[in-house]
Amino acid sequence: MNIKNMKENHKLLAEYKYELGEIDKGYTNRTLYVNISDNTINSKPVTEMMKEKFVGGKGFGLWYLWNATTPTTRWDDSENEIIIAGGPACGITQYAGTGKSLVCSISPLTDIPIDSNVGGYFGPLLKFSGWDALEIQGKSDKDIIVYIDGNNGIVTIEEAPLEAYDAHILGEQLTEMFADNEEDKRNVAVVTAGTGAEHSRFGILNFTFYDQRRKTTRLKQAGRGGIGTVFRNKKLKALIVKFSNVKGDLNNTFEQSIINKTGIKYHKEIHDLDHLQNNMRKIGTANIIEVMDAYDLLPVMNFQYGSHPDTEKIKSTVFIEKYLTQGVQDGCWYGCSMACAKAADNFLLKTGPYKGHRVTVDGPEYENAAGLGANCAIFDPEAILELNFYCDTYGIDTISFGTATAFAMECYERGIINKEITEGLELNFGNFYSSVELLHQMSKGEGFGTVVGQGVNRMKKLFVEKYGANEEFLFDIGMEQKGLEYSEYGSKESLAQQGGYGLTNKGPQHDEAWLIFMDMVNNQIPTFEDKAEALHYYPMFRTWFGLYGFCKLPWNDIVPADNKYTDEPAKVPEHVQNYLDVVYGVTGRKLSVDDMIKESERVYNFQRIFNIRMGKGLRKDDRIPYRSMGPVTKEEYESRQERYDTQLREKIGYAPEGKTTEEKMAALREYRENQYEKLIDAVYKRRGWNSNGVPTLKHLKYLNLELPELMEVIKDLQ
Amino acid sequence: MSHAEVILIIKLNNRDFPWEEGLTIEKIMQIKKFTFPKIIVKVNGNHIEKEDYAETFVNDGDNVEIIHLLAGG
Repeated sequence: MNIKNMKENHKLLAEYKYELGEIDKGYTNRTLYVNISDNTINSKPVTEMMKEKFVGGKGFGLWYLWNATTPTTRWDDSENEIIIAGGPACGITQYAGTGKSLVCSISPLTDIPIDSNVGGYFGPLLKFSGWDALEIQGKSDKDIIVYIDGNNGIVTIEEAPLEAYDAHILGEQLTEMFADNEEDKRNVAVVTAGTGAEHSRFGILNFTFYDQRRKTTRLKQAGRGGIGTVFRNKKLKALIVKFSNVKGDLNNTFEQSIINKTGIKYHKEIHDLDHLQNNMRKIGTANIIEVMDAYDLLPVMNFQYGSHPDTEKIKSTVFIEKYLTQGVQDGCWYGCSMACAKAADNFLLKTGPYKGHRVTVDGPEYENAAGLGANCAIFDPEAILELNFYCDTYGIDTISFGTATAFAMECYERGIINKEITEGLELNFGNFYSSVELLHQMSKGEGFGTVVGQGVNRMKKLFVEKYGANEEFLFDIGMEQKGLEYSEYGSKESLAQQGGYGLTNKGPQHDEAWLIFMDMVNNQIPTFEDKAEALHYYPMFRTWFGLYGFCKLPWNDIVPADNKYTDEPAKVPEHVQNYLDVVYGVTGRKLSVDDMIKESERVYNFQRIFNIRMGKGLRKDDRIPYRSMGPVTKEEYESRQERYDTQLREKIGYAPEGKTTEEKMAALREYRENQYEKLIDAVYKRRGWNSNGVPTLKHLKYLNLELPELMEVIKDLQ
Repeated sequence: MSHAEVILIIKLNNRDFPWEEGLTIEKIMQIKKFTFPKIIVKVNGNHIEKEDYAETFVNDGDNVEIIHLLAGG
């Protein structure tokens, strides 16, 4: 690659100089605003109100997005923004998982705000360069980059016509371009999308970090909701930040010793216990592939089933033994001893424009193996790694792609679509070559890949309107809600998890609550009130990570040795206290658990009202597909007949003997749908919402969130 | 009711589970395919350590809790 030539062809569109400043207890107290329509760049103050009500991270992102948009703003409108913000704890290096950024935008899939969290170095380096958040608005008519030089206090907008688009190349090119030398590469962080992000609605953002041992740029993804699609629609090719003096004390914390002490205690736990618990340092989140299969929770063939004999071929040990490089530091930010960002090196690609190349594949995460693999009945580790690679470099969300492809495959197998419609692709379950071809088509913007790239919601409408498919059946089997594809866990046997997916703000992503074991296996939350309490606490607790810049994984993917003797082991109380201690150390704010939940509740309710302002966010929008609740088809029922017959007998008092499968399915469905409605009632009540899912004025008062603009949205819905 | 029809039960996570002669924690784990590594086991409120699963016999009427710690995400 001729980096010099690429750089010489950059055309400077705007330059902005700023004072570097200092961070004060985790905050820089200002935001970098960049408008790429008129090429203006400004500094905006972060106000005390913002810190008090929204804390940082996702809270700041949603607040800026609210102020930038109107109820009619759609994802491709110029006023839509992409906001990246780390949060006050982002960038400390003494505790694990402290390099996260939250990215917010109006989603091309859902038409409501999406938030997606991501590792890599961009968020921390952005803060060290002087900015709590980066707010990008407008649309360019030419491919551009935005470069933040945090060493010299200069921001530029530049036309960048010659660089590549795909992430694994573009990340390398820009890292090379902006680093002074090999040693300096770790001081450069790049955000890119990819060619596929342009031609689908589920484009991702890739955040780089330079891996000095592998001598390559690694990629972490802000994956959900199509923010990469917004990015490319704005003609953004990349964002780059450079900051060359990372040290452990740059946050100018309130009391550093507390953070150090808490971090040392935690690192020892990782060292002593990880290999006895989830093995995050060896395999990362993919440790649960075979676990999910054993508990009948692994999505198989578009969530029809929960396990498959061939899962053996893609279990975690296969990846550990044959593909993932061991013994290297895999943290996506300094100081993360969990180091779960695994990678397969020298992986030989078999298809596509990079066929024959040997590449580093970041992953697979559990979701990739489950979505790209089991859910499409592709039980081949090399196929999963290749799909994973192309999703990343093309800028495609592995989860939405996996779920959307699984849906298209089921439609193909059932004759709802055919080879003529797919333009020759045989989309049978298990067909890796057709699946990866869909990706290549998305990259090029051609063929049936662009149809799948519209997502399940739009595919359903198209198949009904154009090909005469049965609308109700497609609603039942199409695993999306609010327009977002389900992430990769079967929820049929856990009512709480049905709510964990269905009663979310952004759509069915498990990062609010993963309650399957507590509910289905442990039977710890048997009543509606118990489930509602869990569906209040966990979503609020987990929202909190995104306000401060923390990664969720160190919370409960390892637990202290004596955690089992605590009153509520599932909450991992010692780790909750660790977070409160770290936040005290950073900001000087001494929070209780109740304070923590209340901080999250403010942002969570704000997001709910934001959804309502955009036309979603009421009870009707929390309806979920029946495939996530129970067996849609005879085959599904009969594959687990003993389980369902027993439930009919014991839970409903319905004797299955002598009944047809259809009769039994109807009885079970009526029961389960009724249970879900009762769950909604209980959860809304617990969250302080009315029966239509609208936050009450009383609850906003309790949260000290009586902002006039919010009241205006909900006053007539009380 | 004949003797053969009597089904002895224990409570497993507050649900009925059939008891059989020689039932141990390890055997319950095998029957239920409980393979998740972060598990807390209690019998009648007393913690059972992992190394004791094979030797811990469960008696008719015992209250067994096999708690899987939350994960995912």
